[in-house]
Formats: sequence, C-alpha cells, structure tokens
Amino acid sequence: MGRKRFRFDFWVLITIIVFTLFALFMVWPLAKLLISGFIDPSTGEWSLKNFQTFFGRKYYTNAIFHSLYISCTVTILTVILGTLMAYLTSTFDIKGRGFIQILVIFSMMSPSFIGAYSWVILLGRNGLVTNFFANLGISLPTIYGFHGIVLVLTLKLYSFIYFYVSGAIKKVDPSMLEASQSLGCSPARNVVKMLIPLVLPSLLAAALMVFMTSIADFGTAMLIGEGYRVLPVLVYRAFMGENGSNANFAAAIAFVMVALTACLYFLQKYIINKKSFKMRSVKTIQKRPIKGFKAVLAHIYVYGLALLSVLPQMTVIVTAFLKTKGSRFVRGFSLDSFRSAWKTILSTTRNTYLYGATAIVLIVLIAVFVAYLSVRKRNALTSLLDVVTVFPYIISGSILGIMLLLCFNTKPLILSGSAAIIIVAFIIRRLPHTLRSSVGVLYQISPSTEEAAISLGSSPQKAFFKVTFMLMVPGIATGAIMSWVTVINELSASLILYTGGTKTLSVAVYEQVSRGNYGAAAAIASILMLTTIISLAVFMKATGSKEYTM
Amino acid sequence: MSKEIIIEHAVKRYDNVTIIKDLSLRIGNSELFTLLGPSGCGKTTLLRMIAGFNTIEGGTIRFGDTVINNIPAHKRNIGMVFQDYAIFPHLTVAQNIMYGLKEHKVPREEAKQRLEKMLRLTKIEEYRDRLPERLSGGQQQRVALARAIAIHPDVLLMDEPLSNLDAKLRVEMREIIRDIQKQIGITTVYVTHDQEEALAISDRIAVMNFGDIQQVGTPHEIYTRPFNVFVADFIGRSGFFCGEMEGEGSRRRIKLSKDYTLEMDNILPSASNGRVIVGIRPEEFCIAEKGMTAKVRKATYLGKYITYVLDFEDCSMMEDQESIEFSQHLGNAASLHRVGDTIKLAAYAQRINVFSPETKESIIRGVARYGQETVSL
Repeated sequence: MGRKRFRFDFWVLITIIVFTLFALFMVWPLAKLLISGFIDPSTGEWSLKNFQTFFGRKYYTNAIFHSLYISCTVTILTVILGTLMAYLTSTFDIKGRGFIQILVIFSMMSPSFIGAYSWVILLGRNGLVTNFFANLGISLPTIYGFHGIVLVLTLKLYSFIYFYVSGAIKKVDPSMLEASQSLGCSPARNVVKMLIPLVLPSLLAAALMVFMTSIADFGTAMLIGEGYRVLPVLVYRAFMGENGSNANFAAAIAFVMVALTACLYFLQKYIINKKSFKMRSVKTIQKRPIKGFKAVLAHIYVYGLALLSVLPQMTVIVTAFLKTKGSRFVRGFSLDSFRSAWKTILSTTRNTYLYGATAIVLIVLIAVFVAYLSVRKRNALTSLLDVVTVFPYIISGSILGIMLLLCFNTKPLILSGSAAIIIVAFIIRRLPHTLRSSVGVLYQISPSTEEAAISLGSSPQKAFFKVTFMLMVPGIATGAIMSWVTVINELSASLILYTGGTKTLSVAVYEQVSRGNYGAAAAIASILMLTTIISLAVFMKATGSKEYTM
Repeated sequence: MSKEIIIEHAVKRYDNVTIIKDLSLRIGNSELFTLLGPSGCGKTTLLRMIAGFNTIEGGTIRFGDTVINNIPAHKRNIGMVFQDYAIFPHLTVAQNIMYGLKEHKVPREEAKQRLEKMLRLTKIEEYRDRLPERLSGGQQQRVALARAIAIHPDVLLMDEPLSNLDAKLRVEMREIIRDIQKQIGITTVYVTHDQEEALAISDRIAVMNFGDIQQVGTPHEIYTRPFNVFVADFIGRSGFFCGEMEGEGSRRRIKLSKDYTLEMDNILPSASNGRVIVGIRPEEFCIAEKGMTAKVRKATYLGKYITYVLDFEDCSMMEDQESIEFSQHLGNAASLHRVGDTIKLAAYAQRINVFSPETKESIIRGVARYGQETVSL
C-alpha cells in the first residue's frame, strides 16, 4: 500500500523516444559543432587558432557588425511598415481587404532568396528595369550589398508583423477603447495610449521573429550581398569553400554566431516576457469608414506595399515564360525555360514533396506528443519544450546543416547524402510552428474531456487518440500549414545537406541562379510556387472545414 | 449494478503534502451522498480517488466487495459528470452517449435502446443529432448525465456539476438530477461547495474540511444538530455567543447575559461546566419580554422574512464574527423594527446548539460525528 509503482506505459515509451531523438539529432550535433570549433584542422588537437583567425581579421569581425546592422534595420523597418498596414486594414474600411490578405500570404510563400534574385533580375547590373532606365540615360543606384539585403528582407518579413499585429488588434476588446474614451482620451491619443500598448506583446514577439530570421538569413545575403559579408555567408563559405573546406573554422564561426544569437534571443525574450499579457474578446473593433484624401493615402499605402511584396513572385512567373539567351532575357515568350529544366523539375518536385510530406507527418506527431507530455504530464519534458522551440531560432539553417553533417557522415550512423538527413533538418527547423499551436490548442482543451472518456471505459491512450487528439487536429492545422509551407521552401540547410539525388526545388532554383541560368531558375521557382499554392489549398480544404469551439 | 462504496483509512499525499490523512466513509447502495466543504477541503480529491484519477496512498476503497485501489480508472465502471461537462465537442449528442456504450461493447440493439431511454430520461431527444457547441449549459449537463449513466455504472460521481449554471437553472437541474437518481437508484457521490444545493439534493451529507470528515448525517441532522462549530458556521448561519454553564446531568443553565439565562435539558451529562460556546441561528431567536438586549444595526427586507443585523450590548460574543443576525418571519410578526431600535431577544432552548470551547465539538446529547443513520466502521 502507498508504494509508488513505476508503470511502463505508453507515455513513458513516448517520453523515452522523444528524448532519444532529441539527444541524437539536437544535443549531440550541437555539442560536436561547438567542440569542432576548438580543434586545429591541421593537427587535430585542441586549440584556439580558429578563433584567433576569426577575431584577428577585420574581414571576419566586420561580419558580426554587418549582421547586427542588417537585422536591426530590417526589424525597425518591418515594425513600422507592418504595424501601419495592420492598423489601417483592421480599423478602417479598406476596399478589397481579402485581396490584400491573399497578396501578403502569397508574398510569404516563397523562400526569401527568390526575392533577392528577382530584384537582381529587375534592378541588378543587367536588370530589366536597370536596362530600361539605362536606355533613357538614367543610372539607378546599385541593388547589391546592404541596401539590397535590407530591401529584400523588409519586403519579405513585414508580413509577419502585419499578421501578428492584425491578429492582436482583432483580440482587443472595443470596450477597452470605449472605456478609455469615456475617461477622456481622444481617439487619436487612444491609438497611442491604448491600442499600441495592448498589441505590444504580439508586436514584440513578431519583431523578435523578424530579427532572428534576418540574422540567420543566408540565401538573400549570398545572392545580393556581394561584398557585404554577413555571418551565415561566412559559415557557408568556410564550410563549402572554393579553396577547400575548413569544417573546424566554419564551426568556430558558427560558434560565434550561435553565442551571439542565443544572447540576443534570451535578452529580447526576457524583455518581451516582462511585457506580456493575454487578451481575449468576443467583440472585435468596428471598422470605421474613411473618406477623401486620407482614404486615397491609406489605399495607396496598403496596395503599394502589398503589390511591392509580391513583385518578386510576379517577376519569377513572367520571366519563366521569357525567351533567354545565356543569362539574358530577350524579347518574346516561350516555354524554353521549362523545357530545358524539365528533368530537374520532375526529380526535384518529387523529392521536395516526398521529403516534405514525410517531415510534416513526423512534425505533427512529435509536436502533439511533446505538447501533450509537457502540458499534461508536467515533467522534465516541460523544459524540453522550450529548448525544442528555441533551437531553430538560435541555430540557423546552414549551421544546422553543418552540425548534422559533422555527426552523421561517419560511423556508426551514416546519414549524409541520404533523404533522411534532409528530413531531419526539415523537422528540427519547422517543428516550432506546429508545436506552438499544439500547445496553445491543448491549453484550451479541458483535461476532464479525456477523463470523461476514461470514465466511460477507454484506456488512457485510446482516450488520448479518440478524444484529445481528435480535438487537437483542427487547432494544429494553422501551425502545420506554416510548417508545411516553410518546409517545402527550405533552402539553407538543404543546400548544405543535398547531393545529386536528393536535390529539392529550392536548392535547384538556387543552383540555377548561381549559374546565371535565370530562365531555368524562374521556371523551377514558378513550379515551386504553384505547387505550394495548390498544396496549401488542398491542405486548407482538408483541415480548415472543421472547427469546434471549446 | 449499483454498489455501496466503502472507504477505509484512505490517505492522499502529493510528494510531502498530505491532503487526506485518514478518512473513512461508508456510502450506502443507491444513496445520493454529498461531499460538502469549502474549496481546498479535499472533497474533489476524494472524489477523484474514487474515480481513479488520483492515486490512493494508503487505506482501501471498495465498491461492494471489490477493492479498487489498483484498478485503472477505465476499468472501474464508474459514471462521472464533470464541472465543465467535458462533452466531446467533435461528437453529436447521440454519439457522446454512444461513446461509453461502444467502449463497454454493449450489443448494438441494446445500446440503441439504452440511447433512446437516456435521451428520453434526460429530455434531450430533439438535440440528438446536434453538436454540443450549439447547446446551452443546462442541455450540455443533461448530455453529460445521460452519457454517464448510459453505461450502467456501479457508482455515479458528480464533481460540482451545477456550478457553471446560473442560479435558476441550478435549482431546476438539481431537481432533475435527484429525480433521475431516485428513478434508477444508483449510488451517487456528489461534490459541491454550495450548502443549499447539498441540503436540497442529498440523502446524506459529509461535511469536509482540511481533508477530514467534520460530520456525516442527513441534511436535517447536519443543519439542526451540527457536530462542531465549523459545521454550525458552514451550514446555514449561526451567531456564536460565550455563555457560562452550571448545573448537573442533562439539566443545566447557561447564562448568556447578566439577566438572561437559558434552561437546557439536553446537555451531555459528562460535559463540564464553565465557559461554553452557544450557537444560535437567525431563526432560533424570538422577540420576548425577557432576553438579551440588542440594537438593530441594519434591516434587510426579503419578502417572507426580515433579517436584522444586531449589535448586542450586554452579552459576550465569540470573536471574528461579521454580524449576528435575527430572521423575523413576517407571517407571524407582531411588529417590525427599524434601524436604531432596541429589542429583547430570547432563544429557543430546544433548538440552539452548545459547543465545548476546547474541542469546539457539540455537547448536546446524542450528537455524533457519524450520524445515527450511519453504519459505524
């Protein structure tokens, strides 16, 4: 009596599996990466040589400064642009809001480097717009370097701010604004005194996401940055370098970058947590009509920004159908680009969707289990939850790729060159979206629902699958869609992990771009976009139709 | 089949915190038994131990002859109704009720019959194909009840089933629960913190505090003869006075003020004289020529009654009492009083309760922690 018995049940098994995967694919690779940085590549002994090289040369240390400068600039710009757009569309009667929404979603759906290369096509040295103006005798400022990176990332990432803040404004209870007005606050002051503080937690969370994404971004800087070196590019170059790979030096730079991002992440998280609170409202703010000059300005702003952000996608689609001559586009339309890239398209599409589908199934399963264990069982896994969510924020895609290669290209577990290693990278990078919504949804499901099923005779795991899991599915969908879209558009980790047979669509686009085959790149990129949209539509149709209130 | 529940020396511990030290109870077959107490008293903990959602760290719990300590919840054959209903939102009303029948592998024909019977019994036939989100709280609770009793459980457990409903619906639903419980005659353990609800619905009540049974008895026993000061205070309202007791055997005199003494004839012969605590409910006072002098501080008109809040001048009261009240039944009131009036109040000696100041337990003859109708353990 009274003796606690350890039962080897289903959840214990799941806990063990989750921990094993976590240790194998996250802890060990990270440890190996950090250690590698301290090993002299020529002698194989412990040394600080890599770090001395890094910190000894301005060529390298400048990159730290560059990375921070870009991330800060992009964050500030996106916060301004995105918040203003969210404010306008959710408090005023802007015509065609649905259309705007679609444009913004569309702009989010392709990898950021596609933005970079589209802007090169338009404004680059040999760009369509550049040439057009050059014929008129006007020379445009250069798109390469700092300005280009900021332009591309800002137009790509403001949408995060827009969606987060719009969502938060929807949750603001209008009676709070009314209360403030009744206490003597003018409508204009209300925005500053009430609305902005109320959406601030969401705004900060989105800003953190933008900051971390832009500091880790690799594709954009690689394509448009040229001489403006940032950390992820240095890591990639060191690892894949033209004059021979130096994994240890790459690991050392990665170490610096991980340390930097980790510090920044936790600092920002600390600030955000101090300001966070929850809102819930049944009513939403009524949209006010807007008239005259103000209306024109608001519409110009909203439509201008939305259209500008989908310009890269439009460019890609149009140029895919242009005739090409070498890396130049010439007059007239044709399907040549598709024809020349057809073989690549077939194999890479197959790879992308095969790996993506496998990854998303595993992501959903792992997310559900980890969320359940950490919310309902409250054990060591609770803290694991945070680590799993934070991991991809701090470890950028290319560093993750290097980590995995360092661990799995030797015995006992050789995964390099396999599809498995790419799927693992997908899962680690894109799990948090689904995990977050799983956790959120689980908090809304009362534990007694599952207990009710048990009281009616279901075994605990049956009760989980028949009741809790079924109730979680519609809620997870939002996160899973995010995971899915970002999985099939993943570039930076795949670029390091792929081999001839495991090339994905986004890697193929990148490859064609770097070879200067802009036509073929555009063709493959359009296929990627098209299939993303189709899969998204199918996904939404399949999951979005069922929604329960709890 | 409905079964009796026998709890012997049950212990509940979380790590180092002991919630329930040593608790024994016997809940009779077909009885509607209520666990009543303030929040945190351990009533829900005990209910969940019976259900199997909490482990039992000591003692035994039996359903009839079967010790259930190590039987997992889903094999205990219990019906449970939850505070938040816990209706499965992805299943229709009928599917919710069928869920347990399928789990129990009830043959299809019989399951259908039971479903129909449950829908009729709880009067939710017209909602059978609806999803629960479109039902009101009261309707959802009926579904929860139907779902729980459809599986013909050994015992029915209800965890504050009415606390999410509004006041009027609460009264209506408690009648329905009681009617259905009597109709099918199933042993029911009902948890609530609402004493009025407990008095109205129960065959017997266990008043709990600090993980311990304060008193077990019928609603009448518990209200009229509380076993200790806690019960007297928690159930209904009581004003507590300090009195001086003298005399011998059952017949004693309790002096409440310098010119008012009560003649008692139902005191425990072994009770010692001296200071005692006297608990008087608002309706146990009457206006008299001779009595304690009180001044009306506040008068609240309630239709059938007027409740006066009183300040007593010449007698000593127990500390920490917000107010002492007197309810005047308007059906036989000779006169009404206003704020500021001074009145004389006598107490009905047959009805008031007297407690020992040391143990805080009743020294009225025949009052026991486990009431007379309880099978002793």
